Amino acid sequence: MTTLTPVLSKNWDRSDSFTLDAYRETGGYGPLHTALGMAPDALVDLVKGSGLRGRGGAGFPTGMKWGFLPKDNPNPRYLVVNADESEPGTCKDIPLMLANPHALVEGVAIASYAIKANQAFIYVRGEVLHVIRRMQHAVAEAYAAGLLGRDILGSGYDLDVVVHAGAGAYICGEETALLDSLEGYRGQPRLKPPFPAVAGLYASPTVVNNVESIASVPSIVENGADWFTAMGTEKSAGFGFFSLSGHVAKPGQYEAPLGITLRELLDMAGGIRAGHRLKFWTPGGSSTPIFTDEHLDTPLDFESVGAAGSMLGTRALQIFDETTCVVKAVGRWISFYAHESCGKCTPCREGNYWMVQVLDRLENGEGTEADIEKLLDICDNLLGRSFCALGDGAASPVMSSIQYFRQEYVDHMEQRGCPFDHAKSTLWGGNR
Amino acid sequence: MPFSDEALARMAPDAKEIIARYPRERSALLPLLHLVQSEEGFVSTDGIAFCADQLGITTAEVTAVATFYTMYKRRPGGDYHVGVCTNTLCAVMGGDEIFATLKDHLGVGNGGTTDDGKVSLEHVECNAACDFAPVVMVNWEFFDDQTPESATALVDDLRLGNDVKPTRGPESLCTWKQASRVLAGFSDGRGGEGVQASGPSLAGLELARERGWSAPDPNDLPAKPAPEKPAPEKGDAK
Repeated sequence: MTTLTPVLSKNWDRSDSFTLDAYRETGGYGPLHTALGMAPDALVDLVKGSGLRGRGGAGFPTGMKWGFLPKDNPNPRYLVVNADESEPGTCKDIPLMLANPHALVEGVAIASYAIKANQAFIYVRGEVLHVIRRMQHAVAEAYAAGLLGRDILGSGYDLDVVVHAGAGAYICGEETALLDSLEGYRGQPRLKPPFPAVAGLYASPTVVNNVESIASVPSIVENGADWFTAMGTEKSAGFGFFSLSGHVAKPGQYEAPLGITLRELLDMAGGIRAGHRLKFWTPGGSSTPIFTDEHLDTPLDFESVGAAGSMLGTRALQIFDETTCVVKAVGRWISFYAHESCGKCTPCREGNYWMVQVLDRLENGEGTEADIEKLLDICDNLLGRSFCALGDGAASPVMSSIQYFRQEYVDHMEQRGCPFDHAKSTLWGGNR
Repeated sequence: MPFSDEALARMAPDAKEIIARYPRERSALLPLLHLVQSEEGFVSTDGIAFCADQLGITTAEVTAVATFYTMYKRRPGGDYHVGVCTNTLCAVMGGDEIFATLKDHLGVGNGGTTDDGKVSLEHVECNAACDFAPVVMVNWEFFDDQTPESATALVDDLRLGNDVKPTRGPESLCTWKQASRVLAGFSDGRGGEGVQASGPSLAGLELARERGWSAPDPNDLPAKPAPEKPAPEKGDAK
């Protein structure tokens, strides 16, 4: 049986958990002290050895990303933290920054030292005002305590950290779009290569990492790579937040080893809300193909979820019971992708625009069999053919919902309307 | 209406401070747009000209950026911007009903502002609080676990000037303009207010405490079946 492993959340039940004093009382900034006594390359090797993979969705090995910075490039190096948490269903970095901002600040200091950067940015989505306050507060506390700024802890190492607020654009969660946004432009993705490691912020060597990835680094420095790999699976090491939302008795954040299953998590979360049963769920946000009750025992690690036809993504488990109309759910997601498409490439800009109309028609019972084929055809032109992962992500819910629930699309046509009573799926309508 | 001399005298030093944070000036554009929004409540053509002047770029370049990001408003709005999440998860959990109820109750459509200038209403995309669904944001502060009734009471309180407290945020709401100033990077000193975590954020931790679950002890790691690596010497196979 898998059990929970609170690491980043272990102090969240202290009412002052976000303060420097509380963080230090539970051992905080000890790892920074340790790290500053190590050679930067040894830290990169440590994180490589831990097997930590990016927690922002893609799962790229964090240490390897750090190791990609070219040694001979004379430009300044930058660390940019992607705190633009916006993937529908994803809700882990926001509570982490609210309750434990110093884990992120300490991680920023260690990671910046490891990659030999003297300037870091924390790009927080703009729509979370109090999270921005908390980060501003934590950074100010760290400066005042000599944990950021000049000659950190007497090591001779200097680091400046800027908390930068975004302005409402999902696409800025894509790392190169984020960099364009941070440079003061429209947030549109860049052609890769060159990757940010070679030409990132201001065309300088840059590491872009997710909040949870960076916040996990102090614990690895403190406890070692073997401790980290003692959790999770061989290729998906360590712990992570599993965020349960929707039709579940106790939604919330469950910090567990990678490889835990939804069945185990549902047991912990009190199951599907009373009197209902699981219909479909996303393993890692709306951009990951949906799963059904067939996948309750799929280990939630990168490899197993991939082998089962989806992606681990951000471990954003949005749970929907049998009262939910899958056509409506998918239609709403596609409206989101259409709204958030940056407009740079045609498959995404036009494909999502068309899919919104087709899905509206289907939901309203005005569609035909040809519309289902049209959706699949548009997805065929999106997946792998759009400029960045936003377009690929949009194809996920459409294709997977047709794969598992094609009959439900047909039911809408045959009944000339939606067969579901939406009121039953609401928070207050479950008992009707 | 062009900025008054007083406003310019106030904004110019702020703009300098923002620009000084960044290795390259142009990076200051997003916070500068938040700054002009904190002055006027929206980004006007004068606000755009101000940003362009500060950075030595054209108004067309600033406009291109300002129109890309949804948080920059192009028209004046209310003191309180109410955003109802209608992305799939919140919509399914009741966000659609909340949005419909508020439109009806306030007599405004998406993007509309009440006649008293107090409340603007819009639907918003996922705000990263899905475990608290359905979610309503006011001036980008969290109002979690809403119902049509609670959201109606919330907007009534906002219009009457009653005290309103976010569920995860400061002790009281600030205005839209004040919020924009924080987004421009100027602390309002309120980062220490409010809860550290609540409800769903603590669900896993509380269960782990109840059942005595924790991450492994680094000094007593369980033996791990790792084919290419020798297992640790001391093993506590639980």
